[in-house]
Order: sequence, then C-alpha cells, then structure tokens
Amino acid sequence: MTDQTIGHVNDHDDSHADHGPPKGLMRWVLTTNHKDIGSMYMWFSFAMFLLGGAMAMVIRAELFQPGLQLVQPEFFNQMTTMHGLIMVFGAVMPAFVGLANWMIPMMIGAPDMALPRMNNWSFWILPFAFALLVSTLFMEGGGPNFGWTFYAPLSTDYAPPSTTFFIFAVHMMGVSSIMGAINVIATILNLRAPGMTLMKMPLFVWTWLITAYLLIAVMPVLAGVVTMMLMDIHFGTAFFNAGGGGDPVLFQHVFWFFGHPEVYIMILPAFGVVSQIIPAFSRKPLFGYTSMVYAVASIAFLSFIVWAHHMFTVGIPLVGEVFFMYATMLIAVPTGVKVFNWVATMFRGALTFETPMLFAVAFVVLFTIGGFSGLMLSIAPADFQYHDTYFVVAHFHYVLVPGAIFAIFAGVYYWLPKWTGHMYDAGLSKVHFWMSFIGMNLTFFPMHFVGLAGMPRRIPDYALQFADFNMIASIGGFMFGVTQLLFLFIVIKCVKGGPKAEAKPWEGAHGLEWMVPSPAPYHTFTTPPDVK
Amino acid sequence: MRLQARKLLTLMAGLLASPALWAEWAVNMPEGVTDLSRSIYDLHMTIFWICVVIGIVVFGVMFWSVIFHRKSRGAKASEFHESTLVEILWTSIPFAILVVMAIPATKTLIEVYDTKEADIDIKVTGYQWKWQYEYLGEDVSFFSNLTTPREEINNQRPKNKDYLLEVDEPLVVPIGKKIRFLVTGADVIHSWWVPELAVKKDAIPGFINESWAKINEPGIYRGQCAELCGKDHGFMPIVVDARPMDEYQKWLDEKRAEAAKVRELTQKDWTMDELMEKGEQVYTKLCAACHQPNGMGLPPMFPALKDAPIAVERSQIGKHIDVLLYGVKGTAMQAFKEQLNEVDMAAVITYERNAWGNNTGEVVTPKDILEYKKNGAYTGKYVEAK
Repeated sequence: MTDQTIGHVNDHDDSHADHGPPKGLMRWVLTTNHKDIGSMYMWFSFAMFLLGGAMAMVIRAELFQPGLQLVQPEFFNQMTTMHGLIMVFGAVMPAFVGLANWMIPMMIGAPDMALPRMNNWSFWILPFAFALLVSTLFMEGGGPNFGWTFYAPLSTDYAPPSTTFFIFAVHMMGVSSIMGAINVIATILNLRAPGMTLMKMPLFVWTWLITAYLLIAVMPVLAGVVTMMLMDIHFGTAFFNAGGGGDPVLFQHVFWFFGHPEVYIMILPAFGVVSQIIPAFSRKPLFGYTSMVYAVASIAFLSFIVWAHHMFTVGIPLVGEVFFMYATMLIAVPTGVKVFNWVATMFRGALTFETPMLFAVAFVVLFTIGGFSGLMLSIAPADFQYHDTYFVVAHFHYVLVPGAIFAIFAGVYYWLPKWTGHMYDAGLSKVHFWMSFIGMNLTFFPMHFVGLAGMPRRIPDYALQFADFNMIASIGGFMFGVTQLLFLFIVIKCVKGGPKAEAKPWEGAHGLEWMVPSPAPYHTFTTPPDVK
Repeated sequence: MRLQARKLLTLMAGLLASPALWAEWAVNMPEGVTDLSRSIYDLHMTIFWICVVIGIVVFGVMFWSVIFHRKSRGAKASEFHESTLVEILWTSIPFAILVVMAIPATKTLIEVYDTKEADIDIKVTGYQWKWQYEYLGEDVSFFSNLTTPREEINNQRPKNKDYLLEVDEPLVVPIGKKIRFLVTGADVIHSWWVPELAVKKDAIPGFINESWAKINEPGIYRGQCAELCGKDHGFMPIVVDARPMDEYQKWLDEKRAEAAKVRELTQKDWTMDELMEKGEQVYTKLCAACHQPNGMGLPPMFPALKDAPIAVERSQIGKHIDVLLYGVKGTAMQAFKEQLNEVDMAAVITYERNAWGNNTGEVVTPKDILEYKKNGAYTGKYVEAK
C-alpha cells in the first residue's frame, strides 16, 4: 500500500458518469448505486442505534436506584433483549455494511459493487425485518424477553407467542447479511483495479473480505438454530427439551458456534477502519501490514474454536473446558499483535488529533481494556465467578461501544468530507468525542466493580450494595445517550453545508478514495485506475 | 389521581435519598471462604496484575507518542513500517506469558472438577423462581423463597440491609465437610451461584451438574440466580447458612420433627377462616408473582384467576387441584406437588375460590387433597360446601 502511485484517474471523461441519480423517493427504492445504498445503510443503522439506545436508557433509568420504579420485570426483560438484538443486528452490522458499500469500490478502484441489484435487495429486507421485530413489543404477551442469546427452553416452551415473529425476523436479517457478504466477496475478488493485488489492498478491504467469509459461514448456523426453535415450538420436535430426548445445552453450542464468530464480525471491520485512520494521522505507513493481515485471518480462524468459553458453567467435561480455555487465551496473541502494530505506527510519527484520530486512539486504548477483561474471562476457573455478571456486561460493552461504535464514528468523520463534499463542524465533533468518551467510561467502568462484587446481569432490581455504582453508570449512560443526538446534528449540518472539502482533506491519507473529487461523483472509476 | 401523586412523591423521595446510606463500594471479587475460592481469587488477581503491567507498557509507549511525537511539536514522521524481529518478539512474549498463566489455571480447574468422595450430597433444583434443596439420604427437603416484602420492592417502605438477598429457609450446611451440590433445573435453565463459595453451576432441566465446596468459616453467604430464567430472575436469591457440624445435626433433627408435625396437621379439621388466612400467605409467597396479588394475572403468559372458570365453577374443583399438583405442561404453571404440603395446598385453593369476589363459598380441605393424590378424583366428601 505504501508506494502505490495512481497511473490515471478517470472519472469525467466517460459521458455516463455525468448524469446524476433520478429524483424522488423511487431513487432510493430502486437504486443499485453503491453510494446510495451505503448511505441508506448508514442512516438505517443510525436510526436503529437511537432506538436501541432509547431502550438502553429505559434500562439505565430503571437501574438508577434499587427497587422497581419505572417498568416491571416483564418489560425490563423485553428491553434488555431488544436492546441487544437491535444493537447487534440493526446498528453495528448494518453500519459496517454501509461503510463497506461506500468505501470498498472506491478503495479498490471498482465502479460499483459486483452485484448491484442484490445489493439493493439486501438493504431493503432490513427495514421490514426490524419493523417485524419491533412490532412484537406490541403483541399480546409482549416481545422477546429471553435475552439476545435466547437460550432454550426459556425461548421455546416458556416463550411469549410473539417468538414466531422474532424467528422470522432473524431469518430475514440472516438473508440480508448473507447476500451482503456474497456481494463484498464478489466485489473484492473480481473488481479490483489492475495492479491492486491482494497484498496491496487497504486493510479495511482485507478485514471486510475476512468478515464476509465469517458471515457466510455462521449466518446459516443462526438460521438453523432458530429453525430448530420453530420446530420445537410448533411442530412437536424436542431438539432442546430433555424430556423428549433433546438437550437444552445443544442450543447453546449451536448458538455460540454462530455467536462467537459474530462478535468478530462486529469488530474486524472496526480493526480495518482504525488501520486506515491511524497511519493517516500519524503520517507514517501502517506498521507490519502483512502481520496485520495474518493476525486478522488468525483471529477469524480461532473464532470458530472458542465458542464454548461462553458456556464454562454449563458442565462441559474437564477436557473440553481446558481446550476452550487454551484456545481462548490464544486469541490474545493475534489481538495483541494488532494493538502493538497500531502503537508502533503512532510511535515516532507526526501526530495530529483531528476527530477521526481521537476516536481511533480512544478505540485502541479502550478496546485494549476490553481485551484485558476478555483475557481474564478466558481463565475458566475465574470465569465461574465472572460468568453472567456485570463484569461480562462491562467486558463486551468495552469491546463494542468504544470498539465497534467508536470505529464507526471514526470512519464516518474520516470519510464524511468525501461523501458530502463538506468538512464537518470540527469544534462540535470534538465535543461529541469527549462527551462520548467520558459518558461511555462512566457507564461501563463501574460495571466491572459491581460485577466482581456479585451483581448478576439481566436483573431489573438489585441488592443495596450495588446502588452507588449503578447510579454512576446510569448518569454516564444518559450522558452518552444524549451526546449521540449531537452527532446526528453534526452529520446533518455537514450534509447541508460547511467548508468545502478537498479531494484529499487529510494530509497524511493514502488510497484511491482520495483520488476522486469530494463529494465523490455518483459514478466513480467507470474506467479502472492503474495501480502501480 | 391522588394515588399517582403519592407514587410520584415516593419516587422523588427515593431519588433524593442519599446513596451514602447504601454505600459499600465493593470493587473486587470476594476472597471467599473455601480453599478453592481463594485459589480462584489468586488466579483472578494474577491475571489482573499481568494485564495492568502489559497495559502500562503499551499505553506508556502510546502516550509517549501522543505527547512527544505530535506534529505541533515539530515531530517529523519516520518511515519505518516493518521489523520481523519485533513482530516475533511481541508474538512470542505474550504467548509465553499465557503458558505461564495456563498452568495454575489448569490446576485449579482440575480441583474444581474433582467432585469425588463427598461427605454430604445436596440436590439443588432451580424453579421459576425459587430453589429446592434436598439432603440426599437425610429425608429432608424444602423450598427456599425470597422473603423481601413487595412493599420494599415497590418503594413503599424503606429497604432492609439484605434487600433481595433474604429467603424464608436458607440452605444449612456444616463447615469442614466436602459438600457436593447436584444441580438441576425443573423448568428453564437457572444458575446456582454463591460468590463466597466460588460455586456457579447451571441448573439445566433434564441434566444434573456437579459442583462442590468445603467451607472453612461459619457464616451466612448470599448469592443469586445467575442465568436469565424469566420474569423474576432477579428475585430468587440463595442464602447459605454454614454451621459447625453439631449444630448442623441438630438442625437436621429439628427439620425432621417439623415434617412429622405437618403430617399431623393434615388430619385436623380446618375451618374456612383458618384456611383463608393460611391461603393468603401461601398465595402471596408463591402465586402472586405471576397471577398477581389481585388475581388478575398478566395474560396471556400468566392467566387471571379472578372469575376464571377453574376457580369459580364447582365442577372444576378437581381440575383446580390437579393443576396445582401437577402443573400445566408447556406453560409457566409448574407442579406444586413437591413444594406444598396438603394443608398449604388446600388453603391456597380455598383462598383462590373465595378471594377477589370469586366468593364461591367452597372449602377444600387437606383431606381432599390427600384423597386426590391417592385416587386422582375429588369427591367433596370431607366438607359439605356451604
């Protein structure tokens, strides 16, 4: 990636490229343009982020102090479940697909995604899937209330009637994700500009290529497990019912065989985004590009053989326990390599701290803290004490909020000038960063303490010794939540106007996406650039 | 309207109440009271300090760069971007640390799994939302329910210091003996967790998991269900009361005597008032969580009992008893045969048939229950309904 030069960039000499998109609503319904679809994914994901966030606010408000104040346990469980489902499947995943849609073709010099019609279809399934999922909240008996991991038999024999709709919604999300993943792979493998060899690809493209394979591998497993649930509920099978010869633990094995790679699906593209941004603002090439690619590939491989570390307390045999403990500890090695490489990239660079860099640096620090608690959780005997407590809640929020979500913020600020042609409001964006940073840490850091002190997760009310830290967490949560409205404002303001952005607004940035004007024309690279 | 205002006031008062009153600020895992819990605590602290040291090194280098390699300080970017040597170093050093860490972790894990040769076996069964303890071979078995009053949960009364961590009957165990817990679930998956014993084991319906503890110090140790198990997951605490062996023996004897007494009570003639009074207690403790104190339930998951045919039609008394004894398959209605004695059962059925305007005037007696258990039919021969 370092010494590549661009032979020629061809945007405007092709007469097609000039005519813009059709007007009106139908533009968005019928579009096959990767930039339009990317934008729709981003907006959809942000809407879901606010919805899932609103549910988190309900949770934090109820937990503000001991006792039941605002909601009853029934509804509280629906909030924790929906918050998880919406954030994972509605906010984080579509946001990365949105970034992939926008950036992958421009980064590899392709005119569009390889399968544009399918691209449209994979987006438009999502609003229907989530409308269906959210509608279950208004059904008799309420929505899903069994946690985002929906363990059987709580989610089968003991579930509300709306579970069938939940299953259908999950199927739709899975179809959308698989189509999106096929598209990413087809694009990267077929549409690279001449000279853009695999080992010259930007790291964001690499991480997405690997993520797409993970998606294709595990989304069918999720579809399988929800179908088994459907059978248990309606067709008299007993996959997860010991009374009929089944096994409730089978559910957990199948679910986590999907679920563990799934958490890497949410973090690998984040690694990619950060690997673009840190070199740009350090004005120094990424340290250890090759080892970064191998590290991502190793993490992806290991993600398939560690699933039972989510199940250390279900009573798997000692040998199994030991195997999954070792395999899980091993993940720390490639993850450590990535962190060391980012730090080495910053070391002896010429650093500036524009907003994308602020989020990226916060990502490295806070994701590493999430990694540390992950390492602690991998120690099986200690996990008997951590499992299903707020320590786990703290852990996965540290890798997902300042991990995945900060990386998305970083990516949005980094590429917003390219998308809109305007610079965002730098001052406000820094307020957004610092408020998010402080709010997020206030929310999730105390959770380590209450978890270690013995507070189980997913409870609507708690013993008095957990009260103080919960109050702090709630205050932090409200702060983080409100701050995201500021982000909405910043983005709208940037779309509407602002200082004109140059083709390459960041001094140290490299890559094909900076060779096209800002805003990027509706069609880019209709003639492929030569990458040398 | 006035009720609303009062509710609001209580809420406000609660919000303003000083958190300092609750303060304990526990920030770490308890060391616990077994040798095993101490080993686990040591593992936890070791890995924690390893993380701290790595963190200091990594963040140290990073913040060094953030402070001294800023462009605004005139830093010029170097061009280096590769070094096989450092890559090998920072792959192999963490690997070595992990190996060092894996050794004690594996040792402890083997100990945790060594459930052989226990002195005492206790079967722990998770129910929605309570625990059952059976002392195998001792003929002692009972259920352990949350006793925190609803008024405290609903903020109508100040909360006591063991709020949500108190039960009617704690699990009494001896110190200095190896106690094996055989953990299972009756409906959904629960998880039996007492931090001070470092025991957390999932209670899975249809399977029995094993775990063990040998407690060093007498005392009361509190824990909670750790696996989401439905509506009242947060309201099924665990209390372990560890006593010296002789006191434990005494307690066992008392338990057996108590059970004998209850059997006698079944033969007593109960009046409707007595049954109603007892029935209300049982209902509040066991039934109100789902069917609600006012009998309205939370349909469709938890049906109403007020005006329900099963609770008002005379022809359905038999079914009423049956549902209480054996539960309803595929629903949250569990079997209470093991949890309630005949007196409690007769009382709660009588209560349900006469509370909240159900006013059937019908009395179901302990003898009716006994007869139903034996013959599977209700004849009504013990009491003529008024």
